[in-house]
Amino acid sequence: MIEVKGVNKSFGDHHVLKEINTVFEPGQVNLIIGQSGSGKSVLAKCIVGLHEVDTGEILYDGRNFTVMNRHQRKDVRKEIGMLFQGSALFDSLTVEENVMFPLSMFTTMSKAEMRERANFCLERVKLTNRNHLLPAECSGGMQKRIGIARAIAMNPKYLFCDEPNSGLDPKTSIVIDNLIRELTYEFNMTTIVITHDMNSVIEIGDHIIFIYEGNKWWEGTKEDILRTDNQEINDFVYAAQFMKQLKGKLGSH
Amino acid sequence: MKVIYNIGKYVMMLKYVFSRPEKFRIYRIRIFDEIEIIGLSSIPLVALMSVFMGAVITLQTAANMDSPLLPVETIGYITRQSTILEFSPTIISLILAGKIGSNIASEVGTMRVTEQIDALEIMGVNSLGYLVLPKVVAGLITFPIIVILSMALSILGGLFAAVQTGLCSQNDYVKGLRYYFIESDVAYGLVKPFFFAFIITTIASFYGYYTKGGALDVGRSSTKAVVYSSIGILLTNYFLTQIILT
Repeated sequence: MIEVKGVNKSFGDHHVLKEINTVFEPGQVNLIIGQSGSGKSVLAKCIVGLHEVDTGEILYDGRNFTVMNRHQRKDVRKEIGMLFQGSALFDSLTVEENVMFPLSMFTTMSKAEMRERANFCLERVKLTNRNHLLPAECSGGMQKRIGIARAIAMNPKYLFCDEPNSGLDPKTSIVIDNLIRELTYEFNMTTIVITHDMNSVIEIGDHIIFIYEGNKWWEGTKEDILRTDNQEINDFVYAAQFMKQLKGKLGSH
Repeated sequence: MKVIYNIGKYVMMLKYVFSRPEKFRIYRIRIFDEIEIIGLSSIPLVALMSVFMGAVITLQTAANMDSPLLPVETIGYITRQSTILEFSPTIISLILAGKIGSNIASEVGTMRVTEQIDALEIMGVNSLGYLVLPKVVAGLITFPIIVILSMALSILGGLFAAVQTGLCSQNDYVKGLRYYFIESDVAYGLVKPFFFAFIITTIASFYGYYTKGGALDVGRSSTKAVVYSSIGILLTNYFLTQIILT
């Protein structure tokens, strides 16, 4: 479980996050949604410690991350897996080496054991016989799957996904969404997904928080978000034509 | 003010670069990789530069020896002194600042803008130690070797030019090389590359690591890395020369 308590973050005079409070439960997919520039990525970066919060607390299963020193944070980070927007694969390493990387840094596994674990993770994201390719030789969807395989290699308790569908076609996006959901349920991870893809919201949003101008504007489930009468959320959710049609159908039933 | 801020940031960076590595085995592998990138790949360029510079020093020395009282062996002597004292340690380091400095800054900078450094940090890896320390160690190992190679090739280039153009015989050239030879001059020439290797690898890494933005900014960081490591080499060379010669 990750608790966010009264988090504020500013860059110069720009107050990006304003008194954010929320709880991300394990075993469910938590989505942070909002328009571009609303502060959702900053919130995620504050939670993982890539940005320091100005005030407030981030608690990982009761452990206060904000007051930890570098070494204590390192221990927590070994329990975190993250899928980056651009996948952030190490381009000088092969697919297999990328997945093996965290294992080689933090475990005492033999090379054979690491390879076995990497193959398990790659099979889990339905990527086989690609072990010796370099990331540049893989498609965008494949890179995302390798990123997920690397993120789960250490069997993390917390999984962060920063815009996992950006740059992907709708079909591949659904594959990635389903993978994230399946892995979350299977390994009982606390998963946080930053997205503005409404399809993801409907597909995998067990718990959604909507960030608007740096504030936590709304919180609920995927069923709630389609029925709320909050104007800002409706402006965001029903911006796409297919969502307007869906709303029409929901209204007629 | 920004200069002081950057110097402070650079010193803070060094603190993390030299903090205890996560796993020595991984670092050892990375050091060998970097030796190949920083050292071995630079040898062809250094060899070419050294041979021709040695030849040019010989030709210039001969062309400027107007007095008939100067013995012809002076050509070998001047070539040796120029090569050992300044050309091989300093000029070659300046050239390597361009080649290696831009390479390091663009590599690390690209890792920064493509979030690879963030990925390392999220995993709990000390990204500065993992990325920069192997480069520094590889630089410290390979630079003196490259400089020794450069010294040898430069002197050989001078010999080739002297004999080919008939400016002096091989015996006269070698006699000049051996004339008034002070061993400490070689030591002086070999101390410098350690400092220059450190300057190039750390300054280039600094500008790469703190890159913000996109491809354009990686290019800017690369340029800054070359400019500031060259300035660092020139200043250090001046102070080292003053310290060692006085």
